[in-house]
Amino acid sequence: MSKETGHSDHIPGTFVFTGKRSAKGLKLNKFAYSLAKAENREAFGKDPVAYMDTFGLSDWEKQKIIEKDVKALVEEGGGSIYMLIKIGAVTGDGLASMGAQQRGETLEEFMATRNVPLKQNT
Amino acid sequence: MGKIVAGVGSSHVPSIGSAFDQKAQESPEWKPLFDGYKPAKAWLKEKEVTHAIVIYNDHGTDFFFDKCPTFAMGAAEEYPIGDEGWGIRDLPTVKGDLDFSWHLANSIIGESEFDLTICQEMVMDHGLLVPLPLLFDFEPDWGVKTVPLHVNVLQHPLPTPNRLWQLGQAIRKAVESYPEDARVAVIGTGGLSHQLHGNRFGHMNENWDQEFLDMIEDDPKKLIDIPHDVWMERGGAESVEMIMWLGMRGALTQDVNKVHRSYYMPMLTGMGITVMEDKVASAA
Repeated sequence: MSKETGHSDHIPGTFVFTGKRSAKGLKLNKFAYSLAKAENREAFGKDPVAYMDTFGLSDWEKQKIIEKDVKALVEEGGGSIYMLIKIGAVTGDGLASMGAQQRGETLEEFMATRNVPLKQNT
Repeated sequence: MGKIVAGVGSSHVPSIGSAFDQKAQESPEWKPLFDGYKPAKAWLKEKEVTHAIVIYNDHGTDFFFDKCPTFAMGAAEEYPIGDEGWGIRDLPTVKGDLDFSWHLANSIIGESEFDLTICQEMVMDHGLLVPLPLLFDFEPDWGVKTVPLHVNVLQHPLPTPNRLWQLGQAIRKAVESYPEDARVAVIGTGGLSHQLHGNRFGHMNENWDQEFLDMIEDDPKKLIDIPHDVWMERGGAESVEMIMWLGMRGALTQDVNKVHRSYYMPMLTGMGITVMEDKVASAA
């Protein structure tokens, strides 16, 4: 097995976006990246499964996207948070909501841990 | 002749752009951040900056992991504002300078042997668009011509901190050999501490951010040997993008005049700005 450089997964709660994770999540991330285009956001909003099928996503990926399980998509699916956040442009979920889910908290619980709650992140 | 008249390090947190567009500058939660940029903008205006070289990273606006250049520089007359998923921000198209960009390319690639990807079409991302209107006039049009310089800090392996430092040195050499008049600000963006994934989401570290700001100003070479792992451990995985500030700092003299610094840590990210100039520049 080749060694990847510059990082390891020794930091608790951290899943460094390595080449191998990027390869695993290529279709998933490409789907999320596509939502930067308005017409694609509209198509995904109208018929999520049909739109996801155009990217050849697996049943597991489609299920996790629909369940808004960002934690699974990042930790097991090779998802890049910078791409997955674009799904929120359609579903209305902000970064803080996705973060709370990854921490196993409600949005309210997470917001209570912050210095200054900013509505621009939720 | 080309001359570097300013170095700026700045966060590029997208919520700053949202707050800016919503005109929330005077709201209690945002005022400390925006007030921190006012002296920077005023000073840059005083220095009559004509060109900004902005070292930033795209976040899935124009680049994707299908083709992922480690370093990519723009060479175009203009750069459109990107849609990152939430629509196109109401900012004028970023103005470039074709002649200046190609001069930089010739020097950085041809003389400094630094193999950049050159982009004749490049769509702008919040990595550049968050700091730019906080630092320069943009109404009715931009007061500076911009050279975007993208760095892959998302998909590992990333360039090393030392490589960013070397890039800064190559930028300096290139600017100083430009035959036309250009008063250049080099801007490094990103950070400060934040982590946006895993159950370490929300990690911030004010002590490290302040130490980083001290080091980038006073002792930047101490930063170039710090491995990516250590940046991620201290500041959070996504804060590793702070290495881009070294591309700015490597373009300045070893000792600098510290012009301005501000720091604010509201919710998910430490937000910092530092402004400096060559030590020799002010003595002259």
